[in-house]
Amino acid sequence: MRWDVAVALLVGSVGGVIIGAIPGVGAAVAIAILLPATFSLDPIVGLTVLLGIYGSSMYGGALPAILINTPGTAVNALTTYDGYPMTKRGEARRALALAYSASFWGGVFGILCLIFLSPILALIAPHFGSREIFLAALLGIILVVLAHRGQVFAAGMLAALGILLHTVGLEPVKYTRRFTFDQTWLTGGFDLIVVVLGLFALSQAFLLLVDKDNTPKPQPIDGSLFDGLKELWLYKRVATVAGSFGVLMGMIPGVGEFTAQFLSYTYARKTSKTPELFGEGAPEGLIASESANNAVPAAAMIPLLALGIPGEALTAMMLSVFYVHNVIPGPQLFQNQLDFVYALYIAMLLLNIMVMIFLLSSTNLLTKIVQVPTRFLGMVILTLSFVGVYSLRNSIVDCAIASAFGVLGLILKRLNLPIVPIILGMVLGGIMEVKLRSSMIRVKSPIDFVDRPIAAFLALMIVLVIVMHIRTLIKEHRARLTESEKDNNLHDTQQR
Amino acid sequence: MIKAKTLQDLFKRYRRPGDLVFSVVFLVFSLILASNLSAQTSWASGTKFLAQPAFWPYAAVILMVVFSSLHLISSLVSPVIKGRWAEVGFWLKSIEYVTWFMAYVACVPIIGYLPSTIIFTVLLSLRLGYRSKKTLLSAAIFGVCVVVLFKTLLHVKVPGGQIYEYLPTAFRSFMLTYF
Repeated sequence: MRWDVAVALLVGSVGGVIIGAIPGVGAAVAIAILLPATFSLDPIVGLTVLLGIYGSSMYGGALPAILINTPGTAVNALTTYDGYPMTKRGEARRALALAYSASFWGGVFGILCLIFLSPILALIAPHFGSREIFLAALLGIILVVLAHRGQVFAAGMLAALGILLHTVGLEPVKYTRRFTFDQTWLTGGFDLIVVVLGLFALSQAFLLLVDKDNTPKPQPIDGSLFDGLKELWLYKRVATVAGSFGVLMGMIPGVGEFTAQFLSYTYARKTSKTPELFGEGAPEGLIASESANNAVPAAAMIPLLALGIPGEALTAMMLSVFYVHNVIPGPQLFQNQLDFVYALYIAMLLLNIMVMIFLLSSTNLLTKIVQVPTRFLGMVILTLSFVGVYSLRNSIVDCAIASAFGVLGLILKRLNLPIVPIILGMVLGGIMEVKLRSSMIRVKSPIDFVDRPIAAFLALMIVLVIVMHIRTLIKEHRARLTESEKDNNLHDTQQR
Repeated sequence: MIKAKTLQDLFKRYRRPGDLVFSVVFLVFSLILASNLSAQTSWASGTKFLAQPAFWPYAAVILMVVFSSLHLISSLVSPVIKGRWAEVGFWLKSIEYVTWFMAYVACVPIIGYLPSTIIFTVLLSLRLGYRSKKTLLSAAIFGVCVVVLFKTLLHVKVPGGQIYEYLPTAFRSFMLTYF
């Protein structure tokens, strides 16, 4: 193994765990900050660092979720449901051991699925032409919007904003200006990394700086954490099903960890002999949550590597690392650079092993790191964000744009509105424009667009997803009406 | 009456204070963009509709107007939440830290990455209410570590400060390269 990849593995795994363990940072912030720094590294080295942070932050995020009822990263929120009650009844060590073991299982399971799926991907990917990639990107953006249940309108308007942001500037084919308002600084358009840094890193810094200070105080852990692996064996069915949900949901663009966790948790509760313990400290609940979310990062690489379509914000950021190094993910990658793909898989596998060893031996050290005051942390993120934005082009304008997106990100976070649709709108909007334009050369009528099997399948999927969503909405609406009618009848009876 | 009830049932959703303000601002922003569509985009002759340079800006802005209108309707028909203006005040407080950040950005090319980072971390820590020597020292050490990691070791592109020009020749090139 190359020494630089080994160092990248170490930095990614240890750094990711620490970043995940500190509530208020998260993988997205760290990746956004480190992204420009990785451009000078070899692609496999840069991607290993970023993938390490992505994959291992969720391991670390379980620690504050279990010990202080505060998820380290957003996807560890469900872990608090059963993890913290276990801590309250004096089972913190058991909860952490189970969470780490389940995360490890989920992570390895996801990578193994990715490895076994590779030959199939290599077979299918070359059949994806411009039309198919356009339709897959369109499906991705529709799923991103519809996956935000209860916030579909907000997700829709923010995804559209993302598409618009991509179009701003000098258009590269006909050289026309779009939404530049005769401003030279708008001619180059909005750089994805500047927007990402603003929306994720700067917004988080502003949020922590404006909010009240808070210093978490977790208790130290006594005893060995190795027992978790043995106990996980007792719940192997739940862990495997949760891992499978993680892989399935991770593969579908725009869906990701939350849906995988929700499905896994529901499955675990339905099949449990003690469903009443869920939310009160059920080990199966904890395992379902952690196995599902850790299986997602590897699976999310599937659409990225095979089609060049990122399924969520973090893989969208990684896409820029590929592009900078002239490694173009997509159908050709499996044919021309298979050694690179396999090197990536091995790095991901080793990463999970290193994270597990680090966690089992350093949990008490991590509990000390968690105790950083939140406003001080805001200052740290703000200082680091400077490197990310300014080092791109040494441009003050970039910093001002990132700050504006930082304020927008803060508002969205405070309103609990999704940020991811903006990023995916920008990335998928770019893919859709290029692929639609190039496919128009061969398309004479609308039927030509779906005259190939994969294109027809994707078009059918788009229609199905929309129809299913409308059907669910009507069902929910009817159920709500019936419920309110029942309430009214009850009210009338009481009045009489 | 029944219709209004149905509309509420259809659109009401979970919200937080300030949602209405954001919804209105976003819709107004979308409408301003929509009114500028023809002036800010152009249609090329001899190009198919879907391959037109103006197609995606039109699609995006129309979607923004449609979705932000629906978002505003859902905000209007949902129960009123108190604390709207306090929330807007919270958003505006972030402007202070935008100013801090931009001041830091402006200082780096003049006084150099290392000095401005140390000054920034220590002064901002003081502003945040940290007074203990330990915290201020931690802030300064953190500033040094950031510069060493990114500029000295990773050679990230940050220009040297103008004041470095006044340093002795040997020391100047060292500072320009590493700090």
